[in-house]
Amino acid sequence: MSPLIAAVLAAAVRSGTPVLFATLGEIFAERSGVLNLGVEGMMLVGAFAGFVTTARTGNPWLGLIAAGATGAALSLIHAVLSITLRANQVASGLALTIFGTGLSASLGRSFVGVPATGFRPMPIPGLEALPLVGPVLFRQDALVYLSYLLVLAAWYALYRTRWGLNIRAVGERPEAADAMGVDVARVRYGCVAIGGALAGAGGAYLSTAYTSMWIENMTAGRGWIAVALVIFATWDPLRAVVGAYLFGGVNALQLHLQASGTGLPVYLLLMAPYVFTIVVLVFATRETARRRLGAPAALSVSYSRDQ
Amino acid sequence: MIHLERRRSSGAASAVALAVSIGAALAAGGLVLAASGVNPFAAYAELVSDPFGSAFGWSETIVKATPLIFTGLAVLLPARMRLWNIGAEGQLQCGAIAATWIAVFTPIGHSSLAVPVLLLAGMAAGAAWCLVPGMLRAWLAVNETITTLLLNYVALLLVDFLIYGPWQDPQSRGFPLSPILPPAAKLPVLIAGTRVHLGFALALLAVGAVVFVLKRTRWGLEIRIIGDNPDAARYAGIDLARNILLVMAAAGALAGLAGAGEVSAVSGRLQQGLSPGYGYTGIIVAWLARLNPAATVLVAILLGGLFLGGDGLQISLNLPIAVVYMLQGLIFFFVLGSEQLAGYRLRIGRRDHAASASHIT
Repeated sequence: MSPLIAAVLAAAVRSGTPVLFATLGEIFAERSGVLNLGVEGMMLVGAFAGFVTTARTGNPWLGLIAAGATGAALSLIHAVLSITLRANQVASGLALTIFGTGLSASLGRSFVGVPATGFRPMPIPGLEALPLVGPVLFRQDALVYLSYLLVLAAWYALYRTRWGLNIRAVGERPEAADAMGVDVARVRYGCVAIGGALAGAGGAYLSTAYTSMWIENMTAGRGWIAVALVIFATWDPLRAVVGAYLFGGVNALQLHLQASGTGLPVYLLLMAPYVFTIVVLVFATRETARRRLGAPAALSVSYSRDQ
Repeated sequence: MIHLERRRSSGAASAVALAVSIGAALAAGGLVLAASGVNPFAAYAELVSDPFGSAFGWSETIVKATPLIFTGLAVLLPARMRLWNIGAEGQLQCGAIAATWIAVFTPIGHSSLAVPVLLLAGMAAGAAWCLVPGMLRAWLAVNETITTLLLNYVALLLVDFLIYGPWQDPQSRGFPLSPILPPAAKLPVLIAGTRVHLGFALALLAVGAVVFVLKRTRWGLEIRIIGDNPDAARYAGIDLARNILLVMAAAGALAGLAGAGEVSAVSGRLQQGLSPGYGYTGIIVAWLARLNPAATVLVAILLGGLFLGGDGLQISLNLPIAVVYMLQGLIFFFVLGSEQLAGYRLRIGRRDHAASASHIT
């Protein structure tokens, strides 16, 4: 394989990783029945918190923790509104995105142009020498490796543990789960918080690994792309990998075309990831309908015993 | 035992809830401002006095409210049949592109027909942009929330492509600006000495039209039936796909009109920052108006004032316009929370089954 193709594929993995974090998180929230459209806002605040912490302490791991904690804290606003107060989940999620966008840009203005040292590539001895997969998958930074582990952990948690069974039950038939003694609100709070933490981590990836800087609105719609990829993934963590890397591939390819000076207008190339996501969503919608792999039955429906 | 129990909410109660929500949002936002080293009282004094403290302030508030009425309606109309159009921002940009094209790049721009034609072109472009997610939803059941939103990014990049590329004004010395619209293509000012333009009158007309359509026409009846119960609508033989297409086209046209108005009356050319996010704020306008078209005017003036105050804060306290978004998000949170709380009452004692059996949507 030519080094060029390996470089583009490795860039696809890097570019897909922040979306992968956010998609995994949103899968948890939606599997429990809570649609959170605040991903974009939580990612932005996570990117900001992760960057500031990394710049101040010099330790990107602390940045990652700060980003996860901030994302989770923000997601709890959505949890309180949509789970406890049973507000409209679409509206509450949109409010969270608007708030997160405003908050990160308000607080972040004095950090534009500030230098920081983030995550660096860390080839894994042995594995990096493998043909094809070595340069693509195993010459990345620590957060990419963490995302591999998270995919497996998420899959295992959802399909092989009691807790995962409870999550899926709460997302499909909350009244039945409730009757079986599962605390519906508690499971949902937990899943929304996981979603927030992972969205925050995805944001931190952008500001401490993909780049080492803070820019206003630097997620540029990746949170929304994650929401779309959850549908593509049919709420399955393993399929989320495919979606995230497809998005990453398109993004890496358009960046490569920009850099290699093909004469194609930059602004038209920049549209590619968004248009691609819409196309993917169309096919995913047809596929899920055909194979009857629908959304969790109780998605975006609030639950109360009174009803 | 303490229960939350459903109760009927009155208009007065929701007005009180709105006022309390705004107060709470300002208090929470004040904490953030204080944390970033800004005196929140000084900031809020300006935030209120700039837009509402003088006749000129009021007129500028109305200039800002004008696009918000359009985008609020562009969100509200589809929401009445349970569709989320969060792409008003992109539809607005498309309206601005089409209006610029008519005014600058066709001979119509210098004729007496310039204003009506550029407004119609803006509506058509906005409608076409919104019809893409409309068709995907109507025919392929693709989630319109995500597609309308993603197209915002595409539309903004399209504007960038034009003003950095083929439409860049040769006299702009490299700045990303289109040529200035000719005088014939400028919307007339309604009140001399202010910037309040024809767009505001059109926005009020649009409110009237939406009220009329929803209350007095068969189409409006169908929209309301679909909104109440999509299954019942299907049994009643209402063509769902056709209604989705019509509503999305109308919504896009309204947002497109906002963009045409901004380019023609306010910025005078296609440029970045044409809209500070009027499309997104339209979501809040529609929600705060509780999907009541007449109420969008008041809410748009309130949020338009917030934008104007935000402009002032940029200059006097060097605060970013993002502060406005933070406050808008907070207001939205508190309104959502208080609506739910106002819809219930705390009840201590035995559960009243008759009262709690009502349906909660």
